Amino acid sequence: MPDTVPGSLRAYLHGLPGVDEVGVGRRAADLATRSIKTTAKRSAIDLAISMVDLTTLEGADTPGKVRALAAKAVRPDPADPTAPSVAALCVYPDMVAVAAEALKGSGVGLASVATGFPAGRTSLEVKLADTSAAVAAGATEIDMVIDRGAFLAGDYRKVFDEITAVKEQCGPAHLKVILETGELVTHDNVRRASWLALHAGADFIKTSTGKVAPAATLPVTLIMLEAVRDYRAATGRQVGVKPAGGIRTTKDAIRYLVLVKEIAGDDWLDPAWFRLGASTLLNDLLMQRTKLATGHYGGPDYYTID
Amino acid sequence: MEIFEYAPAPESRAIVSIRPSYDLFIDGEFVESKSDERLVTVNPADEEPLAEVAVADDADVDRAFAAARRAFEQVWSRLPGAERGKYLFRIARVIQERARELAVLESLDNGKPIKETRDVDLPLAAAHFFYYAGWADKLAHAGLGTRPLGVAAQVIPWNFPLLMLAWKVAPALATGNTVVLKPAETTPLTALAFAEICQEAGLPPGVVNIVTGAGATGRAVVAHPGADKVAFTGSTEVGREIARAVAGTDKRVTLELGGKGANIVYDDAAIDQAVEGIVTGIFFNQGHVCCAGSRLLVQESIADELLARLRARIERLRLGDPLDKNTDIGAVNSAAQLARIRELAAAGQAEGATGWSPACPLPERGYWFPPTVFTGVTQAHRIAREEIFGPVLSVLTFRTPEEAVAKANNTPYGLSAGVWTEKGSLMLWTASRLRAGVVWSNTFNVFDPASPFGGYKESGYGREGGRHGLEAYLD
Amino acid sequence: MTDTFPRIAVRRTYKLYVGGAFPRSESGRSYPVTSSAGDHLANAALASRKDVRDAVVAARKAFLGWSGRTAYNRGQILYRVAEMMEGRRSQFAEEVGAAEGVGKARAQALVSAAVDRWVYYAGWADKFGQLLGGANPVSGPYFNLSEPEPTGVVGILAPTGSSLLGLVSVLAPVLTSGNTAVLVASEDAPLPAITLAEALATSDLPAGAANILTGRLSELAAPLAGHADVNALDLAGAGGLAAELEALAATTLKRVRRPGGDDWDDTDPGLSRIKPFLEIKTVWHPIGR
Repeated sequence: MPDTVPGSLRAYLHGLPGVDEVGVGRRAADLATRSIKTTAKRSAIDLAISMVDLTTLEGADTPGKVRALAAKAVRPDPADPTAPSVAALCVYPDMVAVAAEALKGSGVGLASVATGFPAGRTSLEVKLADTSAAVAAGATEIDMVIDRGAFLAGDYRKVFDEITAVKEQCGPAHLKVILETGELVTHDNVRRASWLALHAGADFIKTSTGKVAPAATLPVTLIMLEAVRDYRAATGRQVGVKPAGGIRTTKDAIRYLVLVKEIAGDDWLDPAWFRLGASTLLNDLLMQRTKLATGHYGGPDYYTID
Repeated sequence: MEIFEYAPAPESRAIVSIRPSYDLFIDGEFVESKSDERLVTVNPADEEPLAEVAVADDADVDRAFAAARRAFEQVWSRLPGAERGKYLFRIARVIQERARELAVLESLDNGKPIKETRDVDLPLAAAHFFYYAGWADKLAHAGLGTRPLGVAAQVIPWNFPLLMLAWKVAPALATGNTVVLKPAETTPLTALAFAEICQEAGLPPGVVNIVTGAGATGRAVVAHPGADKVAFTGSTEVGREIARAVAGTDKRVTLELGGKGANIVYDDAAIDQAVEGIVTGIFFNQGHVCCAGSRLLVQESIADELLARLRARIERLRLGDPLDKNTDIGAVNSAAQLARIRELAAAGQAEGATGWSPACPLPERGYWFPPTVFTGVTQAHRIAREEIFGPVLSVLTFRTPEEAVAKANNTPYGLSAGVWTEKGSLMLWTASRLRAGVVWSNTFNVFDPASPFGGYKESGYGREGGRHGLEAYLD
Repeated sequence: MTDTFPRIAVRRTYKLYVGGAFPRSESGRSYPVTSSAGDHLANAALASRKDVRDAVVAARKAFLGWSGRTAYNRGQILYRVAEMMEGRRSQFAEEVGAAEGVGKARAQALVSAAVDRWVYYAGWADKFGQLLGGANPVSGPYFNLSEPEPTGVVGILAPTGSSLLGLVSVLAPVLTSGNTAVLVASEDAPLPAITLAEALATSDLPAGAANILTGRLSELAAPLAGHADVNALDLAGAGGLAAELEALAATTLKRVRRPGGDDWDDTDPGLSRIKPFLEIKTVWHPIGR
């Protein structure tokens, strides 16, 4: 349920404390120097795998491609059944039915982007129809995009109302709200958009569509983690965070986990509260996992290309 | 699924080979001290001895000054600036090449976390030499005179041993002076490694002389009649002694002394970055920082919220093995310093302030003090007035900008200050009224060789760094 | 036919200049001032250590206001001092001539030079900052600016041998940057200093920015050098007391300009007397969006 937001949205959002870009960058860079070795690395890799939203969002997506990826989501490393499943498979709405069939009984979540992803430049009716179609086809999670145009034009009410409307349309499905931080540009905007989405009822706030550069960055994710941390302290409701796009290596993924641990806290170190939106990341995580287990470096031919 | 906790990530000690015993570095060579006295430098993290070091007596100091004078007159002051500069460039490069080794050595001898020696002390030390190297042949353009003074007597503290050496030696050498330097009693090892670097760089003998020892050696160095210039970084008490000792002489003096920096947080501050700045301000280098933001002045209207965030942040600090790459807070440098911190913290409690520290187990051996925040502090408390030089923050509140500035300036010190606001005009208003040599606005404890550093009032005089830093060594 | 009596001249009383007022010494004492030839000229106030204290209080009180003036405004006021002196040229010349035993032409030249020195330092007020400060190219996303600021209250022991030109040469550079001053005039030749004070008092210089004491150096110098609220000391006229005073100043780490190296006839002393009484403040600010 959306919370009531005091006063005018604009006054509220612009009353949030500012964000100093250099200070955030310094903090993120400092945390990026955390050295995660041996047992810590092992648990981090498995945790990261279990947090992956394995994603394919291409115009060229086909049922075959989606089925292959679903198989990988369930059992990422065919050679090693101890590797955990990923958190969810993330596809376009028209692929949801195929994915739902392929994932049936696996316990792996099924996320669908919706609301005219990635630009979101459609009418509210179309966005709602997009959402309900995906939910009806079996999506357990909806990744919506906010109206960045409205946000940048200062029409915060429009952005807020759209989120609440989509949330209502989601029914039992979890709602991830994509801020597309690469288009919001400033850290102050990221903080305001985060709080807007939180108050509007988001279950997750997500950095990016992956279609705009820059996608996820450590500083932006740090600000969003601060937002969910502070929002829970203020309201008691916990909301998840999902950086997406540009996270390709195990090193990247572990840096995000360090951020989660030290900014939001251990409560968020769970696939229910933190996701990594990625596609190629999974193979690197698997390769590093094998390296830790066997002591030998692996090669790409030993991991599936899907 | 197991919880993701950081495993130990220690930097290897193997890169460092510490000799069992060190002699003095005079006239380009390691020479035995005339005295039989030795001191033992220990690892403050476990109290294990690291090495034995010579204690220079008056005769040794004489030798060092004689060598420095000879080098000044016969070689260094005659060398074209461009050639002097090339030696400094060489030194900068060797420091960069040996940075890992020096970082580990510094952490061992000082107790500070490897993260800081690796990411702050060493890069800045190299940068300082690189910066002043480029000045050596451009002094005529600095508008400060071009003649070196002669021999500089330099005494440095234990909180940033190699970095403070760089702050002293680089500008002195760039301007054509030669030096006799005394490192701190408890942290001589990187200075001795620097002596090797001078040899490696082929620096002419006598240009840099390093005499180790304790207070008596330091006094002999600054009082030596052969010194044309005294440069000291350390306590205000010793600074006073030096200023008195040189009165009536022709010796030039620069002093970089104590501080009790105020970190002012206005109610419109970027609060999360302010919290970071407060943490960096007081817990960087265990608070062994003359420019530490040891007094937090927070606007009363946001004090509760800020302090809640600050405590949560402090709970995340990782205290322990200085060589662990994930350590944020290392060991206190010495037993004496630990005793001083304990005494003042106890005074804080006794005078009615409320101390708080996170649940933070301290290692059994070594010198440790947990990060500590005192609230309910008033201007009258000792912990609001005296430099603690440890990880202890005193929190005071204010209501208006005028009150903030008045409280910030209400100290005999004047080295650093911080101001946090998103309002540009308020920042500039505050910065212009703060009586401090360095004002960090919306940041804290950042340093750069191009940026002048030094204090007002009893924090000393003269500036180090930048073009201004040349002035202390030129006539 | 009535007798015509020669008019009895109205003599001046030479008092101290503290906080913009002209008090007698709180001690009630005075001392005779004689010309270089030994003729009695006047009685000057014999200031005490309490007068030093009062003057330091006045100087501290004036500091925020004077240093907070725009540089342009300080320059205007220093120029105004020159204007006020110009109107009293003959009085200054007479006093300088008597004090220093120089002929009329030399006395007038000294007065001219003193007036011109105010003009010289008036011009410096809004220029030294650009020469001594500036942006520092630090390696990071920070705007980093150094600028000179006045150090605070400066104690000045005016030169003994140059009663007006030397006096102006040490006072004007201290004031131009926004410091306030407590000046002890030449013990043997204090009258031009008090006349200068009268010019200062009519020049728009805020009360307390400059305070002038007359009396015994041996009595006034030590309390000034030891006063904890004095930030810097110009020992130009300290003579044999210099070392002792410098040691005393060390107690609170005052900036000290040692005596010597001055040529009062130098019409372009540059920054040599401005710089010692400045602090460099460096302000950092992040650059970001």
